Amino acid sequence: MSNVYHIVVCAGIVPDPLQTLEPITTPTGPALKNEMMLPAVLDPWSGHALYEATNLAAHFPGSKVWLVSAAPKAKLQQVMMNVAQKASFELIPIDVPANGFADAHSVAKILGEAIQTIAGLDRSRLLLFGGWESASRGAGVTMQLVGERLGIRDQFQGVDQLTVQNDGSLEILERIEGGRHLVSTCQGPPALLGWATGNLPEPKNNPQVGMANMRAIMPALQKAKPASLFQNVRYVSVTPPKQQRQTRVVKDRSVDEIAAELAEWIVQS
Amino acid sequence: MSQNILFLAHVDESGKSLPRIAFEVLGAALDLAAGSGGVLTIGLIGENVQEAADGLASTGARILSVSGREFAHPRYSTDAAAAEAICRAATPELVITPSTSRFLRVIPGVAQRLSGQVDTHITSIEIADSRISAKRWFYRQRLEAAIQRDARPWFLLMDSGCHEPWTGAARTANIEPIDVPVSPDQTRTVFAGIRTPNSDAQTIRPDAKLLFVAGAGWCKKQGDGKNHVAEAEVAILSFLQNSGASLGGSKSLVDQSGENQAVLGFMTHLNQVGQTGSTPRHPKGLSTCCHGEEPHVVGWRFINERRAINLDPNCGWARGKADVLYVADAFQVMERLNALLAKK
Repeated sequence: MSNVYHIVVCAGIVPDPLQTLEPITTPTGPALKNEMMLPAVLDPWSGHALYEATNLAAHFPGSKVWLVSAAPKAKLQQVMMNVAQKASFELIPIDVPANGFADAHSVAKILGEAIQTIAGLDRSRLLLFGGWESASRGAGVTMQLVGERLGIRDQFQGVDQLTVQNDGSLEILERIEGGRHLVSTCQGPPALLGWATGNLPEPKNNPQVGMANMRAIMPALQKAKPASLFQNVRYVSVTPPKQQRQTRVVKDRSVDEIAAELAEWIVQS
Repeated sequence: MSQNILFLAHVDESGKSLPRIAFEVLGAALDLAAGSGGVLTIGLIGENVQEAADGLASTGARILSVSGREFAHPRYSTDAAAAEAICRAATPELVITPSTSRFLRVIPGVAQRLSGQVDTHITSIEIADSRISAKRWFYRQRLEAAIQRDARPWFLLMDSGCHEPWTGAARTANIEPIDVPVSPDQTRTVFAGIRTPNSDAQTIRPDAKLLFVAGAGWCKKQGDGKNHVAEAEVAILSFLQNSGASLGGSKSLVDQSGENQAVLGFMTHLNQVGQTGSTPRHPKGLSTCCHGEEPHVVGWRFINERRAINLDPNCGWARGKADVLYVADAFQVMERLNALLAKK
């Protein structure tokens, strides 16, 4: 039973990055215009965490992956139709109106509570995965807050690589300044890893995996308990950037002229 | 509205000084303390903090420290214990720290331990109507918000390039050391080194004046129906050498390495700029063979002057995202440009 991991991946959903975002004010705080209509995707860095988790579990028989997600149930179901085809996991959904303006502390609280109630989870084998930041709030704090709530004192952020050594210890590469990696060795679980992009490509859709997953995901979504988020943040203003550049399109210049203009621009202080 | 403010920092890899961003954030903390009539305390973490503290002594602030071998390198458990101890000693309402990778990892956890709250990637801190407001971006630099919190302590991690660095003469600092015992369960993780990714050159240069972004077009078939990846590598590396630029890449380019396509050998996910990459801060940016789609361009939010080279006059850069779009073959332009820069 050595090197059996219980991997819990925390993942939110975010609007498809190609969508235009327009802020609006609601009685409960800022939101996105037509938010429920915007197509959503699994948060990209959390997605990498999920793919790394399933890859790790596949290499260590007996390991298991749970995906814990706090999001509006209807949107989560839409996202799961795609994600469930890419990786095998058990979904732990929490039905909350979470978006980028939700407070990380409140989200961390419900995530922590949900993880503590997972049946069969062996905390001594726990690897808590998530994205190092989200594409919504982009704060990079939720995972640490969840980790503290669960008493995990070995935490890593911006992880690009996890290697299980022969002695069961974990070699972990975290992104640091200047495009470099901090290399650490951790004795083993429990540990928390906030993933950057990792090294794995996005898995191709596998309808068989999707069908197997959805048999459990749909009932889980139906049973998802609604929760509420306490808002600790007061938003004074939320605005999109105003700057729209007047692009000069240079079409009919020779390569030499363009190179000369660029060279002059580059060397200007 | 007087605030007890703690500026918290760690020594850099040299073990002697603070990272440059720390001086910028110290400048912001000092301004805030002056504006709010508050008292600033400085907290330092590292193996040996005396030299770093000497550099800050002329602020006149009280300096607390946690030091020793166990605090030399980044590690969540010991860094959290050190930061927690300093915060408990200083009892601040506001804790202002630089957004270094070391502190981004650990400060949120410290906020949780102290029943405080935390916000990161802060770009400015202001006093409005006798309340402190902080600005930060949401949805990957697509919406900017000003926020306030009632909770204290409020931890604010500030990004680089958002304030003028503080400067002052060095003199011997009087440090108040705090003893933080380290238990065996705090040393389950061991620092094993710093690794630079496989690369022909160090291509990520945060201090460079120019960001050079390569898009997927560099590895696509060119006019003759063939890939010219080797020539692309030479052109790009030569440009980086001649210009001193930092290299960024679009997601579609860096993803090619995972899809078994022809790739630029020195390009990794660390170079990726955009929605799921970095948001670097350079005064100028030059994009090549990249369409300028929104998920990529959000990573250019803090690039002031932007130019692009692309064969498509209707690409995203033409739609108000660049100052100048050159409709041209980047292979040809870069060859001439490299020749010109090599002479300068």
